[in-house]
Amino acid sequence: MLTRIYIPRETTASSLGAELLVDAIVTEAKYRNLPIEIVRNGSRGACFLEPLVEIETTSGRVGYGPVQQEDIAELFDANFLSGGKHRLALGNVEELPWFKNQERLTFARCGLIAATSVDAYKSLGGFVGLHNALKKDGKAIVQEVLDSGLRGRGGAAFPTGIKWRTVMDAVDVQKYIVCNADEGDSGTFSDRMIMEGDPLSLVEGMTIAGIAVGATKGFVYLRSEYPLTQTILNEAIVNARAAGYLGDNIQGSGNSFDLEVRMGAGAYICGEETSLLESLEGKRGEIRFKPPLPALKGLFGKPTVVNNVISLATIPVILEKGGKHYANFGRGRSLGTMPFQLGGNIKHGGLVEKAFGLTLRQLIQDFGGGTASGKPIRAVQVGGPLGAYFPDALLDTVCDYEEFAKVGGMLGHGGVVVFDTSVNMAKMARFSMEFCANESCGKCTPCRIGSVRGMETIDKIVGAIDDNERNKQHIILKDLCETMESASLCAMGGLTPMPVMSAVKHFKGDFQ
Amino acid sequence: MMPVASPARLQEFTLELATNVVHECKDQPGALINALHKLQETFGYVDEAAMPMLAKLFNLSRAEVHGVTSFYHDFRRSKPGHYTIRVCQAEACQAMGSEALTTAIKQLLGCDFHETTADGNFTLEKVYCLGNCACSPNIMVDKQTYGRVTAESFRKLTATLASKAQSSKEGSK
Repeated sequence: MLTRIYIPRETTASSLGAELLVDAIVTEAKYRNLPIEIVRNGSRGACFLEPLVEIETTSGRVGYGPVQQEDIAELFDANFLSGGKHRLALGNVEELPWFKNQERLTFARCGLIAATSVDAYKSLGGFVGLHNALKKDGKAIVQEVLDSGLRGRGGAAFPTGIKWRTVMDAVDVQKYIVCNADEGDSGTFSDRMIMEGDPLSLVEGMTIAGIAVGATKGFVYLRSEYPLTQTILNEAIVNARAAGYLGDNIQGSGNSFDLEVRMGAGAYICGEETSLLESLEGKRGEIRFKPPLPALKGLFGKPTVVNNVISLATIPVILEKGGKHYANFGRGRSLGTMPFQLGGNIKHGGLVEKAFGLTLRQLIQDFGGGTASGKPIRAVQVGGPLGAYFPDALLDTVCDYEEFAKVGGMLGHGGVVVFDTSVNMAKMARFSMEFCANESCGKCTPCRIGSVRGMETIDKIVGAIDDNERNKQHIILKDLCETMESASLCAMGGLTPMPVMSAVKHFKGDFQ
Repeated sequence: MMPVASPARLQEFTLELATNVVHECKDQPGALINALHKLQETFGYVDEAAMPMLAKLFNLSRAEVHGVTSFYHDFRRSKPGHYTIRVCQAEACQAMGSEALTTAIKQLLGCDFHETTADGNFTLEKVYCLGNCACSPNIMVDKQTYGRVTAESFRKLTATLASKAQSSKEGSK
């Protein structure tokens, strides 16, 4: 009997040797004369189990991980093709608490299927949302998105439906859908994971957006650090086009929409939407003044929806199950689910999709299992390099947009980076300024000059000969941060003070 | 064991080849960055001599082409080594000791960031986040990411890569 084996074709698994497993398993199976079929799925998100090899058995998918090339012969000896016992055996993967306790809407298919196969995608509800959308007019589609309460998952948390409505109402011969896949924030990888594991959900989401607002052309602006993602996403686009889900006259509806992937070139600032648009136009990635809003004058001066990958990949499930169904998850004004990403010094790192409302501690302890080093947690940065550093005392903060803002932080793109007691927070604060100096587009002075002065001031604080001198420099740093916050053109300069001042506030002792 | 790819086959720069490589970008709106990527894939860097050609192709001034090329960290202005190694410097990797790893890597290769080793095998660059933050610290060699890198695993990896680079040098003689 043919045994189906799942081995992720995905950056994390690949970074830990998954490609070598494919060859090793094929060779070993041939040698033992065992018929197998290998399916290249995406990652299910439990990075600590990668490379995770799954076997389809009569009692569900049984996992083994993390598997290394050296383990293969031994796994065959243990009869793993029938779910045999082995030290790496994880049992039925669905039953692992890590997966069982998640609420997966956006990532429902991720890791379950051959990532770029249209048939596999459709077997788990794929393109139902698009077919539903094709029966509606633009207004009704936008209403579903408004009803879902979905807010931009890239970090700014602006209501997606309102953005879409603005573009829908704009009158022009050409409109665009732009997907921001310039996932530059350290500690975040949910965009990459969905584009590698369920890329058709992004294709479907962008197509629905196009139909809703009357755009016929979409661009995915993908960061160049993700070459494997580029390959997989392009495969998915080719397959969708061949199956009549992209191109002219989609599914005989008379609607046309097509997609192109364009690569960034290593500039963090191009994750900012206006800078991204400049870059897509082939220019330096410098920030634009707003207004005009990109929704009215965006790419090549045309009305443009710019949404993050996760926002767009969430659209299919909203159109499949209804905006109200999605809004049943979450709390307050933070509705739906958030794919949190646990990284840094964490024992069980990976992607956890949960409805808003759990605490940071639950995420880090219950899912993450604490630090990788086993030392106590000292600081947690949430929301990428522009997000605040939280001390242990703030870990009971509830994960929703408003609760985070109340304690001086932001959820951003949902990245959670854990640091143990070995971290020096003055160093991290200096790094925030250094990063801003490196990555500033240079257009506005508070960001371009402020970040350099910030670095120097932190050096002066750390090197101060006495408290008097140190306090003087602290006043300068605070003043500088206030200037950057209120006078910068975009979030780069405007939010760099957040990690810096949170480090000063919660970890002042490190600034000696 | 980790996957090891052969070094990318880079061509010697000629203006003629450069012109052919970027030709298909001509009719795509705003495709200057695409064109720069194509040049870099072919030659390993963007040669100064290609600038006037690009300016003409996209109806821009040479200053504008220069401005775009120099804005992006990815675009090199000189030929790299056989392999380009990028070491992540961002927060998640720092939390797992990337600073010590970086020091060890620089010592092992005998070069600093933006430099190439004396044998021409490796160019060392920094990168901010490879999107593999649950398996830090990370490095990238050409297009392959490696997770949970240690000084020891890096030493083994570069030893294998160096022998690949050597055989490719001999192969091209």
